[in-house]
Amino acid sequence: MLTENDRAQLWMQMKAHSDRLFEEIQVLKPDGEVTGPVDDISPDVMREMYRWMVLVRAFDRKCVILQRQGRIGTYAPFEGQEAAQVGSALALAPEDWMFPTYRDHAAAMVHGQPLATVVLYWMGRMEGCVCPPGKHILPPCVPIATHLLHAAGAAWAAKWRGEPMVAIAYFGDGATSEGDFHEALNFAGVFQLPVIFLCQNNGYAISVPFSRQSASRTIAQRAVAYDIPGVRVDGNDVFAVYRAVRQARERAAAGLGPTLIEAVTFRYGAHTTADDPTRYRDQQRLSDEWRTQRDPVTRLRLYLERHDLWDARQEEAWQAEVASRVDAAVQEAMAAGPADPLAMFDHVYADEPWHLAEQRRELATARGGAHA
Amino acid sequence: MSRELTMLQAIQEALDLKLADDERVVLLGEDIGVNGGVFRATDGLLAKYGEKRVIDTPLAESGIIGTAIGMALNGMVPVAEIQFLAFIFPGLEQLLSHAARMRHRTRGQFGVPMVIRTPYGAGIRGPELHSESVEAFFAHTPGLKVVVPSSPYDAKGLLISAIEDPDPVVFLEPTRIYRAFREEVPGGLYRVPLGQAKVVREGEDLSIFAWGSMLRTALRAAEQIEQERGWRCEVIDLRTLYPLDRETIITSVQKTGRALVVHEAHKTAGLGAEIISLINDEALLYLRAPVKRIAGFDVPVPMFSVEDDYLPTEARIRQGIEETILF
Ligand SMILES: Cc1ncc(C[n+]2csc(CCOP(=O)(O)OP(=O)(O)O)c2C)c(N)n1
Repeated sequence: MLTENDRAQLWMQMKAHSDRLFEEIQVLKPDGEVTGPVDDISPDVMREMYRWMVLVRAFDRKCVILQRQGRIGTYAPFEGQEAAQVGSALALAPEDWMFPTYRDHAAAMVHGQPLATVVLYWMGRMEGCVCPPGKHILPPCVPIATHLLHAAGAAWAAKWRGEPMVAIAYFGDGATSEGDFHEALNFAGVFQLPVIFLCQNNGYAISVPFSRQSASRTIAQRAVAYDIPGVRVDGNDVFAVYRAVRQARERAAAGLGPTLIEAVTFRYGAHTTADDPTRYRDQQRLSDEWRTQRDPVTRLRLYLERHDLWDARQEEAWQAEVASRVDAAVQEAMAAGPADPLAMFDHVYADEPWHLAEQRRELATARGGAHA
Repeated sequence: MSRELTMLQAIQEALDLKLADDERVVLLGEDIGVNGGVFRATDGLLAKYGEKRVIDTPLAESGIIGTAIGMALNGMVPVAEIQFLAFIFPGLEQLLSHAARMRHRTRGQFGVPMVIRTPYGAGIRGPELHSESVEAFFAHTPGLKVVVPSSPYDAKGLLISAIEDPDPVVFLEPTRIYRAFREEVPGGLYRVPLGQAKVVREGEDLSIFAWGSMLRTALRAAEQIEQERGWRCEVIDLRTLYPLDRETIITSVQKTGRALVVHEAHKTAGLGAEIISLINDEALLYLRAPVKRIAGFDVPVPMFSVEDDYLPTEARIRQGIEETILF
């Protein structure tokens, strides 16, 4: 039998172990050096990571501008979080199920969501919720943490049918306070589901810092309570994120169950374009610090250049390509023509009941009258 | 002292005054402290009253409503903010199964004097799930009171009454008119009683019942129709949706003999049905035409590019008035 004293000591030891176990794993340092060999990541994959990160950053900046110009609605920027999203999405198989939030369109685009579709979403268009045929990319989840359970369920179905696909859910640090987060981890643990829970801990929900979300020091350590693996990585280190997700994917596909990954990162900008971060944090100092000292894109470029995997000419060509792809996507979305209000009646059910048919006619008549 | 305030400012002032007036009052919610609320309804209150009174909570609606119930049981008067109405859903278990039932289950031994404030409604180009109007869920729950202001003056007076009420009150704040206009609002504490509707415009030909942001749309339609056709519509702001002010509703219908309900919530099983049913029970033989509902369509509130087509418009209301009067 343990004495009170023994217990207190074990508790202290456990905290120390937990701190070590959930230390932030870093592979690619901010100065572009690596902490160890990275032979398991091919140069092609590294270049692909870089190209995507540059592309999604340009896309993100463009959307912020479009919102200011009134051409799209409220927008949730992700700049600063490119490594976490691109690194994780590149570690997936094409058929894997993705459950993103409103901030994870970088991941969605890497996984196959067309850029123009993402623009349409932020234009308040229902077409923006639809992924290409054959893909398994859900529309951005708005109610926090609710989609973690969907990922668990999709993984469950895949496991039940013996299919090799896995599911990944993206969410933020704030989401870990919701009951659904805990229920999802618990189900995934009990039923050993092939699901990856990828938390981008960007330090803040909207204004609330992680220290107010939880007394636990890390998010990864929550895995202990459900007896599933938890890892904490530098979320601005695309190699570390990629490796952690690849490993989690392999485990999941091999029937070894779920993984919780905490990617520590920072959003450079506002929570959404409707938010003013200067109200709750030293915005200028923090974003400068992260940009200059921990930026995900810069460090990868430094690495690639140092290893002769990328040069100024390629950079120039890619920047031009990025600009034209982003412009083309925006143009495509803007050219979609006016939204069709009658489409609101489509797909409420598989078969339209009488009252919706009636209301559809009512709106059609009212609009017809307005035009006449 | 009386100045012109927006509804948001009036709400902030009500919270401020009740925090000063009653030390049992605490505010809790997501981003309400340091940030002052995403709409700034609690702006400045953390600085003024400190962290014990104005509490930034973790992101958990069940947590917010559940702990508010516990606080209310034990002598506090919590005023919880849910960031947008649709985000109350994780807290519905607490609200419906506990807050609403506590007094009844404990045979009056324990009450839960608490308020849940939440912005609601469409018309502000919000992202998905920022525009719902599910007041009927709460009006279907015995034990809750449901209040919706449609003007700055009423917002302040109703919120003060809600905070002073011994029972849980769901206080729905129409975002579309948060900052849409200003009106004279007296300084200091005053009350607008719960359970009382208000005749906003008098008329003899038809009674229109509305609340929240639809009140103004209905008023404009009433004005237009008077100019165009000379018909005078009475417009009634229900203000409290549960329990309803039966007397004001019935008195008006008995006078006009015609009625129309306008709400932005979906038509089916919306409050319009309840109001019509009340008229049916109490004033059927006064009616000269069937009572119509001009309501949001029975589709999920669509994304903002077509929200204006989802919401009842002045044109739809005018048409409803014409069909009713010319029946
Ligand atoms: C259930 C629910 N409650 C509240 C909100 C409002 N809200 C939107 S985003 C957000 C903060 C989310 O923070 P986090 O989970 O850390 O993700 P991040 O936005 O940082 O990516 C809040 C409170 C919501 N969308 N859903």
